[in-house]
Amino acid sequence: MSLSAFLQRDKAPKAQMTNMQKKEARWGLVFLTPWIIGFLLFYLAPMIASFVFSLYDFNPAVPDQARFIGFENWQRALTVDDEVWLSFVRTLHFAAISLPIGLGFSLFLAILLNSKNVIGKNLFRTLFYMPTMIPVVAVVLIWAGVLNEQTGWINVLIERLTGIKAIGTQGLRWLADPKLVYYAYTMFGLWGVGNAMIIFLAGLQGVPTELYEAAEMDGANWLQRLWKITFPMITPVVFYQLVLGVIGSLQYFLAPFVLNRGTGFPEGMTRFYMVYFYRQSFSFFNMGYGATLAWIMFIVALVITIVLFGTAKYWVYYASEEK
Amino acid sequence: MAAEKTPKAAVIVPKKVRTFFNTIAITGLALSVLFLFMVPMVYGIMTALKTDSQFSKIGAPWWPASEGKFNYEGKDYDIYSVPMEDGEIRQLALVVKGRAVSSFVDPENPEAGLIEWEGVWRQLERAWEPDPQWANFTKAWNTINFPMLLRNTAMYAIITTFGAVLSASLVAYGFARFRIPGKNILFMLMLSTVILPGAVTLIPTYFVFLKLGWVGTWLPLIVPAFFSWGTNVFLLRQFFLTIPRELDEAAMIDGAGPFRIFFSIILPQSVPALTAVGLFHFFYAWNDFFGPLIYLAGNPDKFPITVGLTAFNNLYSQSTNLIQAASLLSAVIPIIVFFMAQRVFMQGIVVTGVEK
Repeated sequence: MSLSAFLQRDKAPKAQMTNMQKKEARWGLVFLTPWIIGFLLFYLAPMIASFVFSLYDFNPAVPDQARFIGFENWQRALTVDDEVWLSFVRTLHFAAISLPIGLGFSLFLAILLNSKNVIGKNLFRTLFYMPTMIPVVAVVLIWAGVLNEQTGWINVLIERLTGIKAIGTQGLRWLADPKLVYYAYTMFGLWGVGNAMIIFLAGLQGVPTELYEAAEMDGANWLQRLWKITFPMITPVVFYQLVLGVIGSLQYFLAPFVLNRGTGFPEGMTRFYMVYFYRQSFSFFNMGYGATLAWIMFIVALVITIVLFGTAKYWVYYASEEK
Repeated sequence: MAAEKTPKAAVIVPKKVRTFFNTIAITGLALSVLFLFMVPMVYGIMTALKTDSQFSKIGAPWWPASEGKFNYEGKDYDIYSVPMEDGEIRQLALVVKGRAVSSFVDPENPEAGLIEWEGVWRQLERAWEPDPQWANFTKAWNTINFPMLLRNTAMYAIITTFGAVLSASLVAYGFARFRIPGKNILFMLMLSTVILPGAVTLIPTYFVFLKLGWVGTWLPLIVPAFFSWGTNVFLLRQFFLTIPRELDEAAMIDGAGPFRIFFSIILPQSVPALTAVGLFHFFYAWNDFFGPLIYLAGNPDKFPITVGLTAFNNLYSQSTNLIQAASLLSAVIPIIVFFMAQRVFMQGIVVTGVEK
């Protein structure tokens, strides 16, 4: 069910509530209580408090020395501290590489496994999904091993198959070369495509088969059907994955932290926005400044989401709105 | 399907044959992608089983192995791959090293005595024998104190899963069955919390937990789970909407109150959805890193697997084999649970992903 359909679902006519309705509403609120309390305690109040914190110079180790400094933190973050902008650009740079590759790969797998010509579909689906179950920390450590420039198998395979010098310090230093490190991190992510793959697969199965049959009658080939039917029909799924992916990328933290404790190795390339936020807030305990960085992230995420939703009407296809 | 690109007029191949070749081609493509996809996994397993010394040795094979040795008349001799005059390569133990002629013994037939071989033994390659170090897993298990990490992680995962499922089902029932003024706005608000970056609420929350003395304990990680999460509520609500209202109404006529209906009708009808949400949360908790990292910093005896593994990696970065062994150990339980419950689990993913 799409959201718009949901919103129209139970619009009750505005009238005085009867006693029955009041009772029902009260019971409903009883059941919503856990969420309402949680929302107030863990979302709304902390968000407001976070903004208040951003106006203070505040370190939790010496809470007595907290002092109100107005928008000084904001000014510092937006105009003085280059690292804020740099880490944000790095984050976008990485997202621009990892998101298309990750989404493309999961869509490719879904199309492949949706083909009626694959034997053992369920087994393939299970095996491609399986690495998604491995804790991401372990995924990062396993991939860091296989991408090791000296002993990792990726370089050995490349060198044996293509003859290009890949092994060693003169070869492909996946985790140490600023030009390669984003591709290496993108590869870690390929082991987490399971969810996207399953969702794409369900989207593909939801495309009415009559469309394909009609296109086939008209002589459309495989590629034309993919481009003209499959892609447009699954744009809602792509859109949903894209929104989640962008928001997730802004908070990308685990791999750089596990591999080099957030030092940004190599050459600061992996000091992403969230890593910088963590260092300011929980290494240096500059919590006022940390709160400012968090609020900036929130505003950026909000703007990106709004922009994405704004573009949706140009490329996302909603069956129900055609009528 | 690729063959269908040929123009219709040129089709002479019967359809069955075409389908057969398509099947082979596409399944073959899927197999080769799967092979590449699994390379790191095989690497991890092989590496975990290697000896410490195999990493630095030139010419070592990709599988766990050690250089072959043979005990001949009470002494260990190294085994080499020796090319014989007839072109055969034999695995022989080098007994007497000579400049131009060396003496070997055949480990499979030591009674035959020494075999003279002409050539420079230094140019020979060592023969490797499979030698998987299963003890590496035990070593990793003990070094990282796996039982403790496992206990912490399991406790965290189980308690929060219980809290998440209970609270989400209550809230989902509220959203699915009751007319409440402003419900749509509340529902939208709930969905928007799903994509809210966690950082924006983190610092004040951390500060409050610090003031409460909860930092360094599991409480900041466990308590919020009992106040329901948007994704879980959404999934359960979608499922509750499919349960016929007649069931509720029949129970209501029999005098059952909302809680009674919830526990005796809605919950028993929703076992698949509850299982899916439970599994989601279980895996989420098993994988959780950022929360434990912040709230349990400096309390290694409370670490879950993820944070413990990171600390282990920092301490033992040279022991590639132990790191791979520990990483694989951390994945065992989630993978077992996944294989047992994958159908329910994948249906749940579809509901949250497609219907939103």
